[in-house]
Amino acid sequence: MSSSQAVYLDHAATTPLLSEVLAAMTGQLGRVGNASSLHASGRAARRVAEQSRERLAEALGARPSEVLFTGGGTESDNLAVKGLFWARRDADSRRRRIVVSPAEHHAVLDSVEWLAKHDGADVTWLPVEPTGRITPGALRAALGSGEDVALASVMWANNEIGTVSDLAALADVAHAVDAPLHTDAVQAVGQVPVDFAASGVDALTMTGHKLGGPMGAGVLLLRREAECTPLLHGGGQERDVRSGTLDVAAIVGLQVATTVAVTEREDRADRLASLRDRLVAGVVAQVPDAQLNGAPLDDVVAGGPGRLPGNAHLSFPGAEGDALLMLLDARGVECSTGSACSAGVARPSHVLLATGADPDRARSSLRFSLGHTSTDDDVDAVLDVIGPVVERARRAGMGRR
Amino acid sequence: MRVLAAMSGGVDSAVAAALAVDAGHDVTGVHLALSPDRQTLRSGARGCCSVEDAHDARRVADELGIPFYVWDLAERFTEDVVEDFVAEYAAGRTPNPCLRCNEKIKFSAVLDRAQALGFDAVVTGHHARLAGGQLRRSVDAAKDQSYVLAVLTAGQLGGAVFPLGSMTKQRVREIAAERGFAVATKADSHDICFIPDGDTRGFLARRLGEQPGRVVDAATGATVGEHTGAYGFTVGQRRGLGVAVGDSRPRYVLGIEPVSRTVTVGTADLAGVTEVRTAPPTWTGAAPALPIPAEVQLRAHGTPVACEVTAGDDGGLRVLLGTAQRGVAPGQSAVLYAPDAERGDLVLGQGTVLATA
Repeated sequence: MSSSQAVYLDHAATTPLLSEVLAAMTGQLGRVGNASSLHASGRAARRVAEQSRERLAEALGARPSEVLFTGGGTESDNLAVKGLFWARRDADSRRRRIVVSPAEHHAVLDSVEWLAKHDGADVTWLPVEPTGRITPGALRAALGSGEDVALASVMWANNEIGTVSDLAALADVAHAVDAPLHTDAVQAVGQVPVDFAASGVDALTMTGHKLGGPMGAGVLLLRREAECTPLLHGGGQERDVRSGTLDVAAIVGLQVATTVAVTEREDRADRLASLRDRLVAGVVAQVPDAQLNGAPLDDVVAGGPGRLPGNAHLSFPGAEGDALLMLLDARGVECSTGSACSAGVARPSHVLLATGADPDRARSSLRFSLGHTSTDDDVDAVLDVIGPVVERARRAGMGRR
Repeated sequence: MRVLAAMSGGVDSAVAAALAVDAGHDVTGVHLALSPDRQTLRSGARGCCSVEDAHDARRVADELGIPFYVWDLAERFTEDVVEDFVAEYAAGRTPNPCLRCNEKIKFSAVLDRAQALGFDAVVTGHHARLAGGQLRRSVDAAKDQSYVLAVLTAGQLGGAVFPLGSMTKQRVREIAAERGFAVATKADSHDICFIPDGDTRGFLARRLGEQPGRVVDAATGATVGEHTGAYGFTVGQRRGLGVAVGDSRPRYVLGIEPVSRTVTVGTADLAGVTEVRTAPPTWTGAAPALPIPAEVQLRAHGTPVACEVTAGDDGGLRVLLGTAQRGVAPGQSAVLYAPDAERGDLVLGQGTVLATA
């Protein structure tokens, strides 16, 4: 089945480029100019980059000087975790502890583990609620007096099960003991209300391609007073915290995508949530023992959605997630078992394990993630095949006894 | 047919998958991850299923435009192949892990799962012919793999497709090159995939520890040497025995007694055997009425010899060799062929060697 016919329900992996993004990017790609150059072409490029910075800041509730352009979510997470750790420890050698959720994306987890292995960091793993949420009480207990804390990191919305945490409440807890808080908001921006200033967090990761922008372009929002040691040294383009010639076409694409996603968020969220609710109800009607992972569909946190509106994450007891994925793929339905692994070997989801799920439940899960191109037909396509697919996957078992 | 192509990342399975696509089958590629701790990069021409091999397989699948997945069978492989390998050596026998992998993994765990998922057959890049349910040698005698496939039953062969049996390895590489596969010139894999450094004795020593014992001369009963583990020896072995005997005639390993850890060696005239007894056999088709004349091959890449196959004890076989053979090791497979120069020797079946006389 060709991709044009495919039912694409993997928007949390990446989502189709918006036509207005394509137009903005191709226009900019045709122009010469390094945004650091002093001549007219350079000034023109810089104008586009800085306009994009201002509009992004506006869409995200930040100041333009708090917007650092990066190569994507992974780089932003690495920069925040390592950069804050190094800067805080260098200022006070007692600060070597990182307080972090075990349900984070690998860009955060592996950065933390690298610091623990190679640079003397101590790690405190936060307890995770069965829904996947991190509570302010758990963070408070883990931070203690805070004097030995380099940073805390808690994602805004989980990429696998879609659970949203209350970052404003968590930031209050962190600031009460003067610890900086980073959040990976890659999945949250455009899906739930995200206001950097109002949240109080010190650093926030986001990326363009989850919103209809290009891949390879991301942002770290970093509070003006936050000290952060660079990962990439060179021209110092981004506040001396990040170097590298600005990719102006990607930046303008990222900005347009973000502005559209934030502007249209409410309408889109309502539409996606109702599609998602129909999907989950339809699946459960056909597979009565299917289990919804994460927060309830109508969950509320801090007055907003407690679960990403486009996220449906389900376990199918007795079936292997990768068998389900393969059978759905063969029928033109594209979804995911969770975070992709470079080796392609299925592993039980670390997120589900962190919520206390048993390994069998973690291994039998599928993520359907809806996005701006999703329709009722997509939901119908899943409901047409899910019953027989689950039945077949259950018969197939897996290479274990 | 809906077929599942097992793709190791090597040139053979790549071309096999391509030929299955050409034949009009609905093909899905699968790479089997067999090692619990996979290396990122291949080391030399040895080893298998590194992440780099998975990448090579995926590249071919993407070029063919077929779906591709990685199946994690490390647990099954460790249990059924690696642990069996170690246990067999510990018991003084010489196992063939490739045969065991075909029997227990590729045409059992993988085939069963494929069929449950709705596939009709598993396609592999083995060099052997399979037509009308009959398994035959490859036309490329040097690359023929029928020996390690002879353990498959008619039911397993019914779910197997071997597209490469009627072409030479050179032709396989040509096809890969014509199609622009990056693996066209990739080195052949050798030796045992789960012992990437090729040091079987070292691998066994790490698993089984030091188990010192004596090397005894069969003719005199005298102790002629010491060893640190009987598992380091194979019946028929001549080199590396470390024995001191009074004459200059070469000695061969005649037998391994694991309990007393005694390795018996003897001269060439004592090393030949004319009778092989096996465990209950597997047949690639209906069990024949014994006795039958046949050719028997007693190790991978061994030379077949004429024999008469008769019924032995406990459901096993008694294979009477036309010419005495050296180096017939318990644990190896005695594979029976019906010679057929025209269409390729037909594989009748096999039995695991238990004892010789």
